[in-house]
Amino acid sequence: MAEAIINGLSGLTVGFEMLVVDWRNAIMLLVGFLLLYLGIKKDCEPLLLVPIGFGCILANIPLSDVMGQEGFIRVIYDAGIATELFPLLIFVGIGAMTDFGPLLARPSTFLLGAAGQFGIFITLLLALALGFPQLDAVAIGIIGACDGPTAIYVTSKYAPHLLGAVSVAAYSYMSLVPIIQPPIMRLLTTKKERETVMKAVAKPVSKTTKMLFPLVITVLGGLIAPKGLPLLGTIMLGNLMRESGVVSRLTKASENEIANVVTLFLGLCIGATMVGSAFVKTQTLIILGLGFVAICLDTVCGVLMGKLMRVVTGGKVNPLIGAAGISAFPMAARVVQKEGAKWNKKSYLLMHAMGANAGGQVGSVIAAAVMLSVLAGMGIIR
Amino acid sequence: MDNLTFGITMLICGMGGTLLTLWVMSLVMAFLGKLFPEKPEKKEA
Repeated sequence: MAEAIINGLSGLTVGFEMLVVDWRNAIMLLVGFLLLYLGIKKDCEPLLLVPIGFGCILANIPLSDVMGQEGFIRVIYDAGIATELFPLLIFVGIGAMTDFGPLLARPSTFLLGAAGQFGIFITLLLALALGFPQLDAVAIGIIGACDGPTAIYVTSKYAPHLLGAVSVAAYSYMSLVPIIQPPIMRLLTTKKERETVMKAVAKPVSKTTKMLFPLVITVLGGLIAPKGLPLLGTIMLGNLMRESGVVSRLTKASENEIANVVTLFLGLCIGATMVGSAFVKTQTLIILGLGFVAICLDTVCGVLMGKLMRVVTGGKVNPLIGAAGISAFPMAARVVQKEGAKWNKKSYLLMHAMGANAGGQVGSVIAAAVMLSVLAGMGIIR
Repeated sequence: MDNLTFGITMLICGMGGTLLTLWVMSLVMAFLGKLFPEKPEKKEA
Protein backbone atom coordinates (compact mmCIF):
# COMPACT_ATOMS: atom_id res chain seq x y z
CA MET A 1 0.00 0.00 0.00
CA ALA A 2 2.74 2.45 1.07
CA GLU A 3 4.81 1.45 -1.96
CA ALA A 4 1.87 2.10 -4.26
CA ILE A 5 1.41 5.57 -2.73
CA ILE A 6 5.12 6.36 -3.12
CA ASN A 7 5.07 5.16 -6.72
CA GLY A 8 1.99 7.23 -7.38
CA LEU A 9 3.59 10.32 -5.86
CA SER A 10 6.76 9.77 -7.87
CA GLY A 11 4.63 10.18 -10.99
CA LEU A 12 3.96 13.73 -9.82
CA THR A 13 7.63 14.59 -9.35
CA VAL A 14 9.14 13.02 -12.43
CA GLY A 15 8.64 16.24 -14.43
CA PHE A 16 10.83 18.18 -11.97
CA GLU A 17 13.45 15.43 -12.06
CA MET A 18 13.58 15.49 -15.84
CA LEU A 19 13.94 19.27 -15.81
CA VAL A 20 17.08 18.90 -13.71
CA VAL A 21 18.40 16.07 -15.90
CA ASP A 22 18.01 18.01 -19.16
CA TRP A 23 18.85 21.64 -18.36
CA ARG A 24 18.22 22.66 -21.99
CA ASN A 25 14.47 22.40 -21.41
CA ALA A 26 14.80 24.78 -18.46
CA ILE A 27 16.65 27.28 -20.67
CA MET A 28 13.95 27.04 -23.32
CA LEU A 29 11.25 27.58 -20.71
CA LEU A 30 13.02 30.85 -19.89
CA VAL A 31 13.21 31.69 -23.61
CA GLY A 32 9.46 31.05 -23.82
CA PHE A 33 8.85 33.45 -20.94
CA LEU A 34 11.16 36.01 -22.57
CA LEU A 35 9.19 35.82 -25.84
CA LEU A 36 5.94 36.27 -23.90
CA TYR A 37 7.46 39.26 -22.08
CA LEU A 38 8.58 40.84 -25.37
CA GLY A 39 5.17 40.28 -26.92
CA ILE A 40 3.02 41.35 -23.97
CA LYS A 41 5.08 44.05 -22.24
CA LYS A 42 7.18 45.41 -25.10
CA ASP A 43 4.54 45.03 -27.83
CA CYS A 44 7.05 43.35 -30.20
CA GLU A 45 4.97 41.44 -32.78
CA PRO A 46 2.59 40.23 -30.01
CA LEU A 47 0.32 38.37 -32.43
CA LEU A 48 3.22 36.03 -33.12
CA LEU A 49 5.42 36.14 -30.07
CA VAL A 50 2.60 35.26 -27.65
CA PRO A 51 1.64 31.97 -29.39
CA ILE A 52 5.32 31.23 -30.18
CA GLY A 53 6.33 31.81 -26.55
CA PHE A 54 3.49 29.69 -25.24
CA GLY A 55 4.15 26.92 -27.75
CA CYS A 56 7.80 26.95 -26.64
CA ILE A 57 6.75 26.55 -23.00
CA LEU A 58 4.33 23.73 -23.83
CA ALA A 59 6.93 21.80 -25.81
CA ASN A 60 9.66 22.16 -23.20
CA ILE A 61 7.78 20.95 -20.17
CA PRO A 62 9.43 17.53 -19.62
CA LEU A 63 7.42 14.53 -20.80
CA SER A 64 5.07 16.91 -22.58
CA ASP A 65 3.45 15.10 -25.45
CA VAL A 66 2.25 18.09 -27.46
CA MET A 67 4.67 17.31 -30.28
CA GLY A 68 4.48 13.53 -29.84
CA GLN A 69 2.98 11.22 -32.43
CA GLU A 70 -0.59 12.20 -31.55
CA GLY A 71 0.07 15.43 -29.67
CA PHE A 72 -2.34 18.26 -30.49
CA ILE A 73 0.37 20.60 -31.83
CA ARG A 74 1.85 17.77 -33.93
CA VAL A 75 -1.57 17.34 -35.54
CA ILE A 76 -1.69 21.08 -36.36
CA TYR A 77 1.96 21.00 -37.53
CA ASP A 78 1.39 18.07 -39.88
CA ALA A 79 -1.73 19.66 -41.27
CA GLY A 80 -0.45 23.18 -41.81
CA ILE A 81 3.34 23.45 -41.66
CA ALA A 82 4.46 20.15 -43.16
CA THR A 83 2.04 20.77 -46.01
CA GLU A 84 3.15 24.48 -46.30
CA LEU A 85 -0.52 25.45 -46.11
CA PHE A 86 -0.31 27.99 -43.25
CA PRO A 87 2.22 30.42 -44.79
CA LEU A 88 0.20 30.40 -47.99
CA LEU A 89 -3.05 31.19 -46.17
CA ILE A 90 -1.27 34.02 -44.37
CA PHE A 91 -0.19 35.31 -47.76
CA VAL A 92 -3.80 35.48 -48.97
CA GLY A 93 -4.48 37.70 -45.94
CA ILE A 94 -1.40 39.87 -46.56
CA GLY A 95 -2.46 40.37 -50.19
CA ALA A 96 -5.95 41.33 -49.04
CA MET A 97 -4.53 43.84 -46.55
CA THR A 98 -1.93 45.51 -48.77
CA ASP A 99 -2.49 48.55 -50.94
CA PHE A 100 0.04 48.41 -53.76
CA GLY A 101 -1.13 51.84 -55.01
CA PRO A 102 2.02 53.75 -53.91
CA LEU A 103 4.18 51.18 -55.72
CA LEU A 104 2.10 51.45 -58.89
CA ALA A 105 2.20 55.26 -58.73
CA ARG A 106 5.98 55.05 -59.01
CA PRO A 107 6.92 51.66 -60.54
CA SER A 108 10.66 52.46 -60.36
CA THR A 109 10.43 51.70 -56.63
CA PHE A 110 10.24 48.01 -57.61
CA LEU A 111 14.03 48.32 -57.93
CA LEU A 112 14.35 49.38 -54.29
CA GLY A 113 12.35 46.27 -53.42
CA ALA A 114 14.85 44.24 -55.43
CA ALA A 115 17.91 45.81 -53.78
CA GLY A 116 16.42 45.03 -50.38
CA GLN A 117 16.82 41.32 -51.14
CA PHE A 118 20.61 41.35 -51.60
CA GLY A 119 21.04 40.32 -47.97
CA ILE A 120 19.43 36.94 -48.73
CA PHE A 121 22.10 35.93 -51.21
CA ILE A 122 25.11 37.36 -49.40
CA THR A 123 24.00 35.67 -46.17
CA LEU A 124 23.59 32.42 -48.09
CA LEU A 125 27.26 32.75 -49.10
CA LEU A 126 28.27 33.48 -45.51
CA ALA A 127 26.33 30.45 -44.24
CA LEU A 128 28.07 28.25 -46.79
CA ALA A 129 31.43 29.67 -45.73
CA LEU A 130 30.59 28.77 -42.13
CA GLY A 131 30.04 25.16 -43.17
CA PHE A 132 26.25 24.88 -43.32
CA PRO A 133 24.90 22.38 -45.87
CA GLN A 134 23.55 23.98 -49.05
CA LEU A 135 19.81 23.76 -48.32
CA ASP A 136 20.37 24.89 -44.71
CA ALA A 137 22.24 27.91 -46.10
CA VAL A 138 19.27 28.67 -48.37
CA ALA A 139 16.91 28.60 -45.37
CA ILE A 140 19.24 30.85 -43.35
CA GLY A 141 19.63 33.29 -46.24
CA ILE A 142 15.87 33.59 -46.56
CA ILE A 143 15.75 35.32 -43.16
CA GLY A 144 16.99 38.31 -45.20
CA ALA A 145 13.63 38.39 -46.97
CA CYS A 146 12.36 39.98 -43.73
CA ASP A 147 9.21 38.06 -44.39
CA GLY A 148 8.00 35.49 -41.85
CA PRO A 149 5.68 33.44 -44.08
CA THR A 150 8.27 33.25 -46.88
CA ALA A 151 10.94 32.13 -44.41
CA ILE A 152 8.59 29.50 -42.96
CA TYR A 153 7.54 28.27 -46.40
CA VAL A 154 11.10 27.78 -47.63
CA THR A 155 12.49 26.42 -44.36
CA SER A 156 9.67 23.97 -43.66
CA LYS A 157 10.14 22.58 -47.15
CA TYR A 158 13.92 22.29 -47.36
CA ALA A 159 15.38 22.55 -43.84
CA PRO A 160 12.56 21.72 -41.37
CA HIS A 161 15.05 21.10 -38.54
CA LEU A 162 15.91 24.84 -38.65
CA LEU A 163 12.31 26.03 -38.62
CA GLY A 164 12.32 27.28 -35.02
CA ALA A 165 15.57 29.24 -35.28
CA VAL A 166 14.82 30.71 -38.71
CA SER A 167 11.26 31.74 -37.83
CA VAL A 168 12.23 33.30 -34.54
CA ALA A 169 15.08 35.18 -36.24
CA ALA A 170 12.82 36.39 -39.07
CA TYR A 171 10.05 37.65 -36.80
CA SER A 172 12.35 39.05 -34.11
CA TYR A 173 14.42 41.10 -36.55
CA MET A 174 11.27 42.31 -38.31
CA SER A 175 10.12 43.79 -35.03
CA LEU A 176 13.60 45.27 -34.45
CA VAL A 177 13.62 47.17 -37.76
CA PRO A 178 13.12 50.55 -35.99
CA ILE A 179 16.29 49.88 -33.98
CA ILE A 180 18.44 48.19 -36.65
CA GLN A 181 17.83 50.47 -39.63
CA PRO A 182 18.32 54.13 -38.54
CA PRO A 183 22.06 53.89 -37.66
CA ILE A 184 22.78 52.22 -41.03
CA MET A 185 20.73 54.84 -42.86
CA ARG A 186 22.68 57.65 -41.17
CA LEU A 187 26.02 55.97 -41.77
CA LEU A 188 25.50 55.60 -45.51
CA THR A 189 24.01 59.00 -46.35
CA THR A 190 25.16 62.59 -46.16
CA LYS A 191 23.19 65.27 -44.32
CA LYS A 192 22.30 66.87 -47.66
CA GLU A 193 20.94 63.59 -49.00
CA ARG A 194 18.86 62.98 -45.88
CA GLU A 195 17.36 66.46 -46.10
CA THR A 196 16.16 66.01 -49.69
CA VAL A 197 12.48 66.80 -50.11
CA MET A 198 10.75 64.53 -52.60
CA LYS A 199 7.80 65.69 -54.66
CA ALA A 200 4.47 64.34 -53.52
CA VAL A 201 3.24 61.28 -55.41
CA ALA A 202 0.30 62.93 -57.13
CA LYS A 203 -0.21 60.46 -59.94
CA PRO A 204 -3.42 58.55 -59.26
CA VAL A 205 -3.61 54.90 -60.25
CA SER A 206 -6.69 53.64 -62.08
CA LYS A 207 -8.75 50.74 -60.76
CA THR A 208 -8.03 48.81 -63.96
CA THR A 209 -4.26 49.06 -63.36
CA LYS A 210 -4.72 48.01 -59.73
CA MET A 211 -6.71 44.97 -60.82
CA LEU A 212 -4.30 44.06 -63.60
CA PHE A 213 -1.34 44.24 -61.20
CA PRO A 214 -1.98 40.93 -59.37
CA LEU A 215 -2.77 39.16 -62.63
CA VAL A 216 0.33 40.44 -64.44
CA ILE A 217 2.62 39.68 -61.49
CA THR A 218 1.19 36.17 -61.08
CA VAL A 219 1.53 35.24 -64.74
CA LEU A 220 4.90 36.93 -65.30
CA GLY A 221 6.38 35.78 -61.99
CA GLY A 222 4.93 32.30 -62.45
CA LEU A 223 6.49 31.96 -65.89
CA ILE A 224 9.91 33.13 -64.67
CA ALA A 225 9.94 31.30 -61.34
CA PRO A 226 7.27 28.57 -61.30
CA LYS A 227 8.60 26.99 -58.10
CA GLY A 228 7.51 30.06 -56.17
CA LEU A 229 4.08 30.30 -57.73
CA PRO A 230 2.23 29.21 -54.55
CA LEU A 231 3.80 32.16 -52.69
CA LEU A 232 3.20 34.65 -55.45
CA GLY A 233 -0.21 33.33 -56.40
CA THR A 234 -1.67 33.46 -52.91
CA ILE A 235 -0.55 37.02 -52.14
CA MET A 236 -1.84 38.17 -55.51
CA LEU A 237 -5.15 36.32 -55.10
CA GLY A 238 -5.70 38.22 -51.87
CA ASN A 239 -4.85 41.49 -53.60
CA LEU A 240 -7.13 40.80 -56.57
CA MET A 241 -10.01 40.11 -54.17
CA ARG A 242 -9.28 43.43 -52.45
CA GLU A 243 -9.01 45.51 -55.62
CA SER A 244 -11.93 43.94 -57.46
CA GLY A 245 -14.21 44.88 -54.59
CA VAL A 246 -16.74 42.22 -55.55
CA VAL A 247 -15.88 39.62 -52.92
CA SER A 248 -15.71 41.76 -49.82
CA ARG A 249 -16.82 38.84 -47.62
CA LEU A 250 -13.87 36.76 -48.79
CA THR A 251 -11.49 39.70 -48.49
CA LYS A 252 -12.60 40.40 -44.93
CA ALA A 253 -12.42 36.71 -44.01
CA SER A 254 -8.90 36.47 -45.46
CA GLU A 255 -7.56 39.50 -43.63
CA ASN A 256 -9.36 38.76 -40.36
CA GLU A 257 -10.69 35.33 -39.45
CA ILE A 258 -8.45 33.17 -41.64
CA ALA A 259 -5.30 35.21 -40.96
CA ASN A 260 -6.01 35.24 -37.21
CA VAL A 261 -6.67 31.52 -36.86
CA VAL A 262 -3.67 30.62 -39.00
CA THR A 263 -1.43 33.05 -37.11
CA LEU A 264 -2.39 31.36 -33.84
CA PHE A 265 -1.70 27.86 -35.19
CA LEU A 266 1.49 28.96 -36.94
CA GLY A 267 2.85 30.59 -33.80
CA LEU A 268 2.07 27.56 -31.63
CA CYS A 269 3.74 25.21 -34.10
CA ILE A 270 6.88 27.36 -34.42
CA GLY A 271 7.16 27.62 -30.65
CA ALA A 272 6.72 23.88 -30.30
CA THR A 273 9.67 23.23 -32.64
CA MET A 274 11.92 25.07 -30.18
CA VAL A 275 12.59 22.00 -28.04
CA GLY A 276 15.69 22.34 -25.86
CA SER A 277 17.58 19.37 -27.29
CA ALA A 278 17.19 20.71 -30.83
CA PHE A 279 17.41 24.45 -30.14
CA VAL A 280 20.10 25.00 -27.49
CA LYS A 281 23.09 24.70 -29.80
CA THR A 282 25.86 26.96 -31.02
CA GLN A 283 24.30 26.55 -34.46
CA THR A 284 21.18 28.42 -33.32
CA LEU A 285 23.26 31.39 -32.16
CA ILE A 286 25.08 31.42 -35.50
CA ILE A 287 21.74 31.39 -37.35
CA LEU A 288 20.47 34.29 -35.23
CA GLY A 289 23.72 36.18 -35.96
CA LEU A 290 23.48 35.50 -39.69
CA GLY A 291 19.85 36.64 -39.69
CA PHE A 292 20.94 39.93 -38.15
CA VAL A 293 23.65 40.33 -40.80
CA ALA A 294 21.09 39.58 -43.52
CA ILE A 295 18.76 42.36 -42.42
CA CYS A 296 21.63 44.85 -42.05
CA LEU A 297 22.80 43.96 -45.58
CA ASP A 298 19.27 44.42 -46.95
CA THR A 299 19.21 47.92 -45.50
CA VAL A 300 22.70 48.72 -46.80
CA CYS A 301 21.86 47.59 -50.34
CA GLY A 302 18.49 49.34 -50.29
CA VAL A 303 20.05 52.67 -49.27
CA LEU A 304 22.83 52.24 -51.86
CA MET A 305 20.19 51.66 -54.55
CA GLY A 306 18.44 54.80 -53.30
CA LYS A 307 21.70 56.70 -53.74
CA LEU A 308 22.05 55.34 -57.28
CA MET A 309 18.49 56.43 -58.08
CA ARG A 310 19.33 59.86 -56.67
CA VAL A 311 22.26 60.15 -59.09
CA VAL A 312 20.18 58.94 -62.05
CA THR A 313 17.31 61.34 -61.30
CA GLY A 314 19.60 64.31 -60.73
CA GLY A 315 19.07 64.53 -56.97
CA LYS A 316 15.28 64.11 -56.86
CA VAL A 317 15.33 60.95 -54.74
CA ASN A 318 16.00 60.86 -51.01
CA PRO A 319 18.13 57.70 -50.58
CA LEU A 320 16.57 57.00 -47.18
CA ILE A 321 13.53 55.51 -48.95
CA GLY A 322 15.81 52.68 -50.10
CA ALA A 323 15.81 51.34 -46.54
CA ALA A 324 12.08 50.64 -46.93
CA GLY A 325 12.72 48.16 -49.75
CA ILE A 326 12.26 45.23 -47.38
CA SER A 327 9.20 43.23 -46.57
CA ALA A 328 8.52 44.51 -43.03
CA PHE A 329 5.34 46.35 -44.04
CA PRO A 330 4.54 49.09 -43.13
CA MET A 331 7.08 49.34 -40.32
CA ALA A 332 10.07 50.04 -42.56
CA ALA A 333 8.18 52.84 -44.34
CA ARG A 334 7.33 54.44 -40.99
CA VAL A 335 10.98 54.27 -39.94
CA VAL A 336 12.00 56.10 -43.13
CA GLN A 337 9.35 58.78 -42.63
CA LYS A 338 10.46 59.32 -39.04
CA GLU A 339 14.14 59.47 -39.97
CA GLY A 340 13.52 61.83 -42.90
CA ALA A 341 11.40 64.18 -40.78
CA LYS A 342 14.14 64.24 -38.15
CA TRP A 343 16.52 65.87 -40.64
CA ASN A 344 14.05 68.06 -42.50
CA LYS A 345 10.68 68.97 -41.04
CA LYS A 346 9.35 69.70 -44.55
CA SER A 347 10.29 66.25 -45.78
CA TYR A 348 7.34 63.90 -46.18
CA LEU A 349 8.68 60.56 -47.36
CA LEU A 350 5.92 58.24 -46.19
CA MET A 351 4.16 57.61 -49.51
CA HIS A 352 7.45 57.13 -51.38
CA ALA A 353 8.64 54.79 -48.65
CA MET A 354 5.32 52.90 -48.77
CA GLY A 355 5.95 52.33 -52.49
CA ALA A 356 9.42 50.96 -51.77
CA ASN A 357 8.02 48.89 -48.90
CA ALA A 358 5.30 47.38 -51.11
CA GLY A 359 8.06 46.73 -53.65
CA GLY A 360 9.97 44.97 -50.88
CA GLN A 361 6.97 42.73 -50.23
CA VAL A 362 6.76 41.72 -53.86
CA GLY A 363 10.58 41.58 -53.99
CA SER A 364 10.91 39.13 -51.11
CA VAL A 365 8.39 36.76 -52.65
CA ILE A 366 10.04 37.05 -56.07
CA ALA A 367 13.49 36.49 -54.53
CA ALA A 368 12.28 33.31 -52.82
CA ALA A 369 10.53 32.17 -55.98
CA VAL A 370 13.62 32.83 -58.12
CA MET A 371 15.81 31.09 -55.55
CA LEU A 372 13.64 27.95 -55.58
CA SER A 373 13.51 27.89 -59.35
CA VAL A 374 17.30 28.29 -59.63
CA LEU A 375 17.70 25.43 -57.13
CA ALA A 376 15.34 23.32 -59.20
CA GLY A 377 17.24 24.29 -62.34
CA MET A 378 20.46 23.11 -60.75
CA GLY A 379 18.79 19.84 -59.80
CA ILE A 380 19.23 20.43 -56.06
CA ILE A 381 15.51 20.32 -55.36
CA ARG A 382 12.70 18.71 -57.31
CA MET B 1 28.46 20.64 -56.66
CA ASP B 2 30.98 22.36 -54.39
CA ASN B 3 29.86 25.12 -52.05
CA LEU B 4 31.73 27.92 -53.84
CA THR B 5 30.17 27.13 -57.23
CA PHE B 6 26.78 26.75 -55.57
CA GLY B 7 27.05 30.05 -53.69
CA ILE B 8 28.26 32.09 -56.65
CA THR B 9 25.61 30.56 -58.92
CA MET B 10 22.90 31.42 -56.39
CA LEU B 11 24.22 34.95 -56.05
CA ILE B 12 24.40 35.60 -59.79
CA CYS B 13 21.27 33.74 -60.92
CA GLY B 14 19.26 34.44 -57.77
CA MET B 15 19.97 38.12 -57.31
CA GLY B 16 20.28 38.73 -61.04
CA GLY B 17 17.00 36.94 -61.62
CA THR B 18 15.28 38.89 -58.85
CA LEU B 19 16.53 42.26 -60.16
CA LEU B 20 15.63 41.40 -63.73
CA THR B 21 12.17 40.09 -62.85
CA LEU B 22 11.31 43.15 -60.78
CA TRP B 23 12.70 45.50 -63.43
CA VAL B 24 10.53 43.83 -66.10
CA MET B 25 7.54 44.03 -63.75
CA SER B 26 8.18 47.74 -63.17
CA LEU B 27 8.27 48.33 -66.93
CA VAL B 28 5.07 46.38 -67.50
CA MET B 29 3.27 48.18 -64.69
CA ALA B 30 4.51 51.58 -65.91
CA PHE B 31 3.18 50.71 -69.36
CA LEU B 32 -0.18 49.57 -67.96
CA GLY B 33 -0.37 52.75 -65.89
CA LYS B 34 -0.05 54.76 -69.11
CA LEU B 35 -2.44 52.50 -71.01
CA PHE B 36 -5.14 52.75 -68.35
CA PRO B 37 -4.76 56.20 -66.77
CA GLU B 38 -7.07 57.33 -64.00
CA LYS B 39 -9.97 59.15 -65.62
CA PRO B 40 -11.27 62.29 -63.89
CA GLU B 41 -14.75 61.83 -62.48
CA LYS B 42 -17.53 63.17 -64.70
CA LYS B 43 -19.41 66.08 -63.23
CA GLU B 44 -23.11 65.47 -62.87
CA ALA B 45 -25.26 67.79 -64.94
